[in-house]
Amino acid sequence: MTGRAPLTCEAIERELGSLVERSWQSFGMPVLELRADDLLPLVTALRDRFDFVLFLDVTAVDYPQRSPRFDLVYQLYSHRHNQRIRLKAGVPAERPVAPTLVGLYGSARYMEREVHEMYGIAFAGNEDLRPILLYEGFVGHPLRKDYPIEREQPMVPYRAG
Amino acid sequence: MDAGTPIASHLDRTADAGHVVVNIGPSHPATHGTIRIVAELDGETVKRADVHCGYLHRGFEKEAEHHTYHKLIPYVDRLNYCSALNNGFAYAEAVERLLGIEITRRCVVLRTLLCEYNRIADHMTCVAASVMEMGAMTAFLYLMTVRDYIFEHLNHLTGARLTYSYVRIGGLARDLPDGWLTRLEEILVFAERYLERIHGLVDRNRIFIDRMRDVAVMTPGHALNWGFTGPTLRSTGLAVDLRKDAPYLAYPELDFEVPVGIKGDNYDRYYVRMCEIDESISMVRQCVQLLGDGPVSVDDPRVTLPDKDLVYTQIEALVHHFKLVSEGIVVPPGEIYVSHEGPNGELGFYLVSDGTSRPYKLHVRSPSFVHMGGMHTLLEGYQVADVVPTFGSMNMVGGECDR
Repeated sequence: MTGRAPLTCEAIERELGSLVERSWQSFGMPVLELRADDLLPLVTALRDRFDFVLFLDVTAVDYPQRSPRFDLVYQLYSHRHNQRIRLKAGVPAERPVAPTLVGLYGSARYMEREVHEMYGIAFAGNEDLRPILLYEGFVGHPLRKDYPIEREQPMVPYRAG
Repeated sequence: MDAGTPIASHLDRTADAGHVVVNIGPSHPATHGTIRIVAELDGETVKRADVHCGYLHRGFEKEAEHHTYHKLIPYVDRLNYCSALNNGFAYAEAVERLLGIEITRRCVVLRTLLCEYNRIADHMTCVAASVMEMGAMTAFLYLMTVRDYIFEHLNHLTGARLTYSYVRIGGLARDLPDGWLTRLEEILVFAERYLERIHGLVDRNRIFIDRMRDVAVMTPGHALNWGFTGPTLRSTGLAVDLRKDAPYLAYPELDFEVPVGIKGDNYDRYYVRMCEIDESISMVRQCVQLLGDGPVSVDDPRVTLPDKDLVYTQIEALVHHFKLVSEGIVVPPGEIYVSHEGPNGELGFYLVSDGTSRPYKLHVRSPSFVHMGGMHTLLEGYQVADVVPTFGSMNMVGGECDR
């Protein structure tokens, strides 16, 4: 523990401010907004210098009218400092690609697969982006806002009558 | 596309020519929960494993964007259906915090009590299933008996055995019926007596130890890397528990320990769960002591349905009821991530509201799904006969994993 930077949001901003575009508090949790290209250096620094060793979650939010269209939302946790942090990175619809974090956290593997099939955001460097909750051959990305909720794609065709 | 295989396993292509690839599940008596494990075997040893989930996917997150906040409650119950109350309370807290609602004191204590009560049932399900798969039928039946008493008891309170739909935004559906707390104490005493028998039957049982000790061992670092939380992470010796680290509900007032294991093997996961049941029983009793009088729901017309008597007799109450049911609760714009210590690990809800009566986005951080992402690391290197106990010790719940 000696030699580690004490963990405050100001400390994170002071050290990593160049990688962060905007930051604020959301219900007591610090939120950092950044460019998707800066994800890898920022998360590496958060893990190695601020002990954010638990990669809790990644998901996306779709804003069809906005540019960039998608937000990737990460939740990290440091049990040593008992501190949580949320990262948000915009991803454009024209090039829905973000760097993978599987090199840093094993748990990113499954969760990135889910985001990929649900939102069509690819993670460059994640070699296993097979469908996970859906199946091979499923057309479209169901959690995008333009995917109608009534659309049915049964894997085994329904019986007639 | 071959309708029999939703997702091709890479092991079919890359397996060593001298190895055998076997498929376990998705519908297999020993995988309680629909999951498919493709394993590459060298003799009896699992060399590599590929875990497939998604067989119980119902599109929860898509449905969530098309329902009002109250109408989502039955859906939320069906995530982890062994401890549906825990799901509901975490979800309700996310909505309540966005609305800026403070729930009543009685509701806080009652929710805490029910969280722990449901956790007992969930852990018992897990332990019962794991020991049964190793042939401990007596222990299974003992635990299932207690679990059934708990479910019948919750049925008395909520009207359902598993999927309760009991939580409401801003409170609970109804207060405790008469005599409920008396029966609660009877069941706790009964549970303690039966848990003693389980300890006697299982803890030092030679067969059980041989099957569980030193199987699927992991270090704290390994568990953190794969995102494990809850009893699985604590079995490695790390006392990470949201009820202590980020206390919610009435947990700051409760006196309890966080049991941890020593080496993160299957035996530790069994034992940590058993100790957590003891802690939960003690916490339920403390909550009964803390339980004071008062309403269980907030008096806030934005969220709380009017009394049924008034709905039938007064036009204002009828209109109010109608508006809340048909239009729903309007939640101010914002985003929030709320996590509770679910029986299996960190259960988180990430909610984005755009100021309407339906969530713009509702994502569930489900512990089972994350655990399945790292399951293969616990299977590889062990025997094929260890697959089932290891899988059982993780307590994957299909509804929560696949959403």
